[in-house]
Amino acid sequence: MEPALWAAKTGLDAQQTRMSVTANNLANVSTTGFKKGRASFEDLLYQNVRQVGAAASQDTQLPSGLSLGTGARVVATEKMYTQGSLQVTGNSFDVAINGRGFFQVLLPDGTSAYSRDGSFNVSAQGQLVTSSGYVVQPGISIPDGAQSVSIGNDGVVSVQLAGQAAPNQVGSLQLVDFINTGGLQPRGENMLVESAASGPPQSGTPGQNGLGLLQQGSLEASNVNVVEELVSMIETQRAYEMNSKAISTTDQMLEYLTSRL
Amino acid sequence: MDKSIYVAMSGAKETLRAQASNSHNLANASTTGFRADLSAFMSRAIEGPGFDSRAYATTSTVGWDQTNGATLQTGRDLDVAVKGEGWIAVQAPDGTEAYTRAGDLQLDVTGQLRNGSGHAVVGDSGPIVVPPNGSMLIGSDGTISVVPLGQGPQTMANVGRIKLVNPEAGNLERGADGLFRLRDGTDAAPDPTVRLATGAIESSNVNTADAMVTMIELSRRFDLQLKTIRTAEDNARSASSLLRVGG
Repeated sequence: MEPALWAAKTGLDAQQTRMSVTANNLANVSTTGFKKGRASFEDLLYQNVRQVGAAASQDTQLPSGLSLGTGARVVATEKMYTQGSLQVTGNSFDVAINGRGFFQVLLPDGTSAYSRDGSFNVSAQGQLVTSSGYVVQPGISIPDGAQSVSIGNDGVVSVQLAGQAAPNQVGSLQLVDFINTGGLQPRGENMLVESAASGPPQSGTPGQNGLGLLQQGSLEASNVNVVEELVSMIETQRAYEMNSKAISTTDQMLEYLTSRL
Repeated sequence: MDKSIYVAMSGAKETLRAQASNSHNLANASTTGFRADLSAFMSRAIEGPGFDSRAYATTSTVGWDQTNGATLQTGRDLDVAVKGEGWIAVQAPDGTEAYTRAGDLQLDVTGQLRNGSGHAVVGDSGPIVVPPNGSMLIGSDGTISVVPLGQGPQTMANVGRIKLVNPEAGNLERGADGLFRLRDGTDAAPDPTVRLATGAIESSNVNTADAMVTMIELSRRFDLQLKTIRTAEDNARSASSLLRVGG
């Protein structure tokens, strides 16, 4: 009906989506390896009601036209891959990535997912698994009776066995990277999966080819900045209120029209 | 009936249109790099026999607000904001060059630099493709340098430069897709004086307080136009009752 109503409605929709993104960020302020999202807005198409430059008469032109915008929309909710701060935990199975890269884990259906969450555990079979129980790739088996496990910053995992002086190397952790990390699809459980936009995974040794180094005994905290989210929440709320005010004002105008004429 | 009713109707109709334009601005209060639409009323006299007493109103978008939006620090390497005057050149879906202030850049799967709306960013020689790299930096003049994979920071390589332009604001107009183009259809020349701030994006330049006041004003103006219609109707009714026989 009235374009003013619909333009304001698209504003409400977009602000509502932004609020969901902010709420999700705030909810994940303590999630290990979480990367905050950002709603990015764009303006919708413009309608040309009166063409600028059209002939007003044979010798004159309209100096300015009328093009009405139709509102805004959220075009993407992109993840921001800035580094989260490293927190020392002292647990030897906690590994943080300092720099680019993701750990690769094997999902039960045989496909791979990627994660920045390095809070690992050992399964009943001695395999290195994530806290959700997914096997880390390439698979690393910790033998029975290992006294201590050390993970080097280049990913080499070695264990100290009882009665042996020299440590035993049992495998090495690899990292993968993507050309467009923003194109990875979040899957929940701190994991992301490859998409057509992210490009194929390129695996490598930590510390080489631009990949980050590993740090044992630390975890990467969420990169959500609480103050920033709160400010964004205030801004979202006010923008929402103003758009809803635009709807009620337009409604009042139409009501005046229908009741007074 | 008095023809003033049509003049008032045109006023009311155009006021609603201006309200639509204002609602569009409010809806885009959070759109990166958005430029508010400015609308204005013009009067157009109706010429004909006798005295030209009537002038209809027409709304037109006279341009856009040229003030700059606030710069928001994001800390993301690929976010850029134009400092002061200037525009970032992008390729519109139809292949033509267009200009935008939205600098939330990202790489696509082929390494092509695009902005948040998916438009390819234009370099000095066509779209910019960034090779796989260890780290990437956008300089204040739009130069993109990368450390190629497997190399140290001493091997910084330039991969291109974002085309930054600064044409006369009066020569730019907004297309139906929200991107700006030169009125004469040509491409603007690169301007080496335009500077970028990295790790920041520019917010929308919509002044929400101003838009709210405009909204109230338009709403009241609409009421006044309707009142005029109402008065014209009352006048007509009084005139007919005067002439009514035996009323």
